[in-house]
Amino acid sequence: MNEAAERKLALYHLWVAFGAFIVACFMGEYQVLERSGFIAALDSPTVYFASVSTHGVLMGFVLTTFFIMGFGYYTATTSLKQPVWNKPLAWGGFWLSLAGTIMAAVPLLSGKASVLYTFYLPMQAHVAFYIGATLLVVGSWIWCVIMLVMFNQWKKANPGLPVPLAMFATGANAMLWLWASAGVALEVLFQAIPLALGWIDTVDAGLARTLFAWTLHPIVYFWLIPAYTAFYVFVPKQAGGYLFSDEMARAAFIILAVFALPIGFHHLYMDPEQAKGWKLLHGIGTFVVALPTLVTGFTVIASLEIAGRLRGGKGLFGWIGTLPWSNPMVLSVILSLLMLIFGGFGGIVNASYAMNAMIHNTAWVPGHFHLIFAGTTVIMYFAIAYYLWPMLVGKPLFSNAMALVQLWLWFIGMSIMTTPWHVLGLLGQPRRISSVVYNNLLTLSWKPYELMMIFGGLILLGSACLFIYNLVKTQLNPVATDFTQQVEYAEPIHPLTNLPEFLNDLSLWNKVIAVLMAISFGFPILQFFIMDTFESSGWGY
Amino acid sequence: MDTETLKSKCTHLWRESGRLWLDFRTQTSAIHVDALERKWITISLLVIGLMVTIITLDALFDGINPPSKVETIDSASLHLSEEFAEDNLGVQVDDKGKVTIRMVAGRYSFFPKHIDVPAETQLTFRWVSMDVLHGVHIPMTNMSTMIVPGYVAEVTTTIPKPGEYPMLCNEYCGLGHNHMWSNISVIAKEDWQAPAKTLVKGGKP
Repeated sequence: MNEAAERKLALYHLWVAFGAFIVACFMGEYQVLERSGFIAALDSPTVYFASVSTHGVLMGFVLTTFFIMGFGYYTATTSLKQPVWNKPLAWGGFWLSLAGTIMAAVPLLSGKASVLYTFYLPMQAHVAFYIGATLLVVGSWIWCVIMLVMFNQWKKANPGLPVPLAMFATGANAMLWLWASAGVALEVLFQAIPLALGWIDTVDAGLARTLFAWTLHPIVYFWLIPAYTAFYVFVPKQAGGYLFSDEMARAAFIILAVFALPIGFHHLYMDPEQAKGWKLLHGIGTFVVALPTLVTGFTVIASLEIAGRLRGGKGLFGWIGTLPWSNPMVLSVILSLLMLIFGGFGGIVNASYAMNAMIHNTAWVPGHFHLIFAGTTVIMYFAIAYYLWPMLVGKPLFSNAMALVQLWLWFIGMSIMTTPWHVLGLLGQPRRISSVVYNNLLTLSWKPYELMMIFGGLILLGSACLFIYNLVKTQLNPVATDFTQQVEYAEPIHPLTNLPEFLNDLSLWNKVIAVLMAISFGFPILQFFIMDTFESSGWGY
Repeated sequence: MDTETLKSKCTHLWRESGRLWLDFRTQTSAIHVDALERKWITISLLVIGLMVTIITLDALFDGINPPSKVETIDSASLHLSEEFAEDNLGVQVDDKGKVTIRMVAGRYSFFPKHIDVPAETQLTFRWVSMDVLHGVHIPMTNMSTMIVPGYVAEVTTTIPKPGEYPMLCNEYCGLGHNHMWSNISVIAKEDWQAPAKTLVKGGKP
């Protein structure tokens, strides 16, 4: 199959993603410098909060959404061995999302939308910011539709056969994102945009927070699923072995997609507008969603062990040494799992209903999500890019050694940056402050950790530059070689027999999600229309 | 609809869901799961179950819950409300000795700017916002809550150690957010004196 058109589609998406990424990396380093207060000339809340807002939107919405779309198109076409359905529509989605990104970037960069990534109604940004963000999301819905259509078309054409695992995961992610984005879409369409345009005078901040919480948890699984997909479908093959269990992989993706959704209230533990019973219910669900991650850890490590033993590793741990550590995909998965262990530990503290009070909105929280997202997840985005780039541009990777250095630096930088960040949180430092002006002795204990964070951030910035440099050099390499490598998907060690229909189809799970969402968000949203609530007028910042 | 048809419908639905469940069970048992993986899943479920049990028991029997009162208030007219009128803010003790602290958060301070509270005593903080979203925590304690306009955030806690603590705004509330903080002096129980204030008139102590 000639997939030149699909390669171009994927490449455009991935370049927007990584373009946003490198800009946001520079902002990140500026922020950690400004925040420390070591350089007086940098001190400016106006620039800082504009930068934080832009950094969050670029990393959390632009890098992720474009990466997931590009990766999804290429995965769908290579795993199903069929062209992307309705390419003009796919390009329409791309340009719509890009237009939305640019439209949102203008107010963000000019300080007209310094409301941070989480919007914070009744605080108001320029209306172009909300409309731009909406267009970005609508573009991603087009991607979801294309993925689900391809999923179902393939199933119809191949009755009884298991949908390739890579496509199964991508389909589950499309379903997850359609459900997840509905919450923030409701907030933006019925509260933020009408308020910004003056169609309504007041909004209920409690309702706004509830709707955002609907999106806020599953969105991180939307980001994470491509990383897990690489764990299951690329890693075992790259390590030289087999996938330990295809069935468990499918079960993990299903539990992720289903249980990521009805648990958003762990972001509202400290909020006054929701009652404790609902918070406890969502809290329990939050622990359930740890299960697929534990299963994934097991399956991936077991797959690596198979590979290590096939390569001659002996003894209890001998197989670790025989793994191909010089393969960027294998190195990435090892580093990613290490960060997942520490990040997951912190996550359990956040999820713990009452313990969360100690760290809520402190520096611990950005420390946690940088470790899990920028660490565990984004390092796999790098690995996927290093693996796919040569196939996308038809040239070998510019430098494998540079890729390995880059991945190690990312891991080291992330460890140096996020460890003090967690400590600062335990020492009571709030997140989202641009400088420390509290006249209190406690703040003296924060200084050494802030210095460490600057250093960690510098390493990360250097690593990010190496990554972009390697991709650019690969693409611009003038040497014309006959590069014919194809994507290789891992084979399960046990062939798939007796695959139940519910592990090969999403429609049952879509209904389960509908029921769980009605239970967990039905009354908590309805209550705002039953209670005597008092809305707030809009505020600048 | 008479009760008979309703009853038969219910039975039908019950049977139908039972059939679905059995079908699901049969299909699930047909999946190949490695013995070691089965063990790992069991251990994982046990660990998760243990954590959930501890949290649930603490919540149900020891009342360890985050602030969740779901009480509404008009943030635009706090000054006209009886409870949060200026005279009523700060620390008050009712005739049963219960200590209640009423605080208003507004850009960019907490009002009153400074309060004295007793250590090792149950304190009930009632926080309201007069403008946008705020959050507040006292470092090294578990006094933490979001302050959402339109709602009263109530936290009940005890601060064990006397000392000077800052109260910090921990939610972005505008470009002056960094400057939003105030002080709280936690005084040894025996040295603390209740402020000579009248009992709040219209509030809900």
